[in-house]
Amino acid sequence: MIPASFEYHRPTNLEAALATLKEFGDDARVLAGGHSLIPMMKLRMAAVEHLVDLQAIADLKGIAIDGGTVRIGAMTTQHELIAHQGLAQAAPIIREAALQIADPQVRYMGTVGGNVANGDPGNDMPGLMQCLDATYTLAGPDGTREVKARAFYEAAYMTAREDDEILTAIGFEATGGGWAYEKQKRKIGDYATAAAAVILQKDGGVCSGASIAMTNLADTPVWAAEAGEALVGTACEPDAVGRAVEAMLARIEPTEDNRGPVEFKRHVAGVILRRAIERAWSRA
Amino acid sequence: MSRMHITLTVNGEERELLAEPRELLIHVLREKLGLTGPHIGCDTSHCGACTVEMNGRSVKACTVFAAQADGAEITTIEGLGSPDGLHVLQQAFREHHGLQCGFCTPGMITRAHRLLQENPDPTEEEVRFGMAGNLCRCTGYQNIVKAILAAAEEMNTVKEAAE
Repeated sequence: MIPASFEYHRPTNLEAALATLKEFGDDARVLAGGHSLIPMMKLRMAAVEHLVDLQAIADLKGIAIDGGTVRIGAMTTQHELIAHQGLAQAAPIIREAALQIADPQVRYMGTVGGNVANGDPGNDMPGLMQCLDATYTLAGPDGTREVKARAFYEAAYMTAREDDEILTAIGFEATGGGWAYEKQKRKIGDYATAAAAVILQKDGGVCSGASIAMTNLADTPVWAAEAGEALVGTACEPDAVGRAVEAMLARIEPTEDNRGPVEFKRHVAGVILRRAIERAWSRA
Repeated sequence: MSRMHITLTVNGEERELLAEPRELLIHVLREKLGLTGPHIGCDTSHCGACTVEMNGRSVKACTVFAAQADGAEITTIEGLGSPDGLHVLQQAFREHHGLQCGFCTPGMITRAHRLLQENPDPTEEEVRFGMAGNLCRCTGYQNIVKAILAAAEEMNTVKEAAE
């Protein structure tokens, strides 16, 4: 499978990349790890006349941790997220999730920025970033702006990012507490049938804070405040977990596809979320 | 569209060529450089038959544009061993029956090579997890895992003897 022809650009700084996007408008797209975009180009489901490869922009790489504040450059690969000791300490849920994405070869190339910016409902990082209440930095022709992950996703492949903007970094405050990223998939390399990101705070045997998001159960990730609220003030006993699951199930809108019919997906979503809450609580 | 001038260091040797930006690394390696060790299997980044090493990372060469690889160091199965001097991994795959039809084998061995660089003494579970991006339809994987564990042991013994 050979994609349609395009011009290749490899800018060495962000200004040059933004200038190329501005020059070519709708005809240009940025390339991060390429493991979503290149398959789409090979299938000719995506046509790109100007491909702007971000690999040579050093400012987009790396992980910085300052106390509880974490900043991850958009071009940081899944492999680098997994290998980073400081990040494993500050936000171990990221490592747990990244290990469940695709396979080793894809994780060497796939980037966190590409994963969150693409807007694919199957991607794991968007729901995780909503769980972490992360903030995305977008650079555009008029400077940079910040958008909350919880406000970024509009519909499948539709996000708050404008065509002439580049998502440059992801930031969040590490909250500690118990965590779990639970994912049901048919096989290695598949997207989730259902996945859940859960972070719980525990204070004196009682849940004092909870953040819960799920993946691939609607055309955007689903962060449900009410699911978390159902756990706060409880000891995460089975009844409370059941209420949290019900609150989440009221929010998801799965559709039938090759991963199963709607009823099955709702069932799996409940099982996965229950497991994630139990595991997060056991670590809190 | 115009062709690009691309420089690759392949198996230690600098190679220059012209390619359209849309040409995939696997096509350049196989058709322009005559390195037919890496295979095209699924052509959708699932099967791992096209696995090569690029700048110290295992990549699926069917999902990398040659343009992206411009300036990179590439290692293919041809760079690991030769018919007269098999690599330890190749020898182990032969001894432990880690292949039947052989189609997946170059990708398997190239990936296993990188895995053992990063984790020289893996457990069986770590081998299975680290090889999860390579599919084999013949062996059922048991002998592939055995071969990689045996190669790791052999490489560690040689390393210890040298120290």
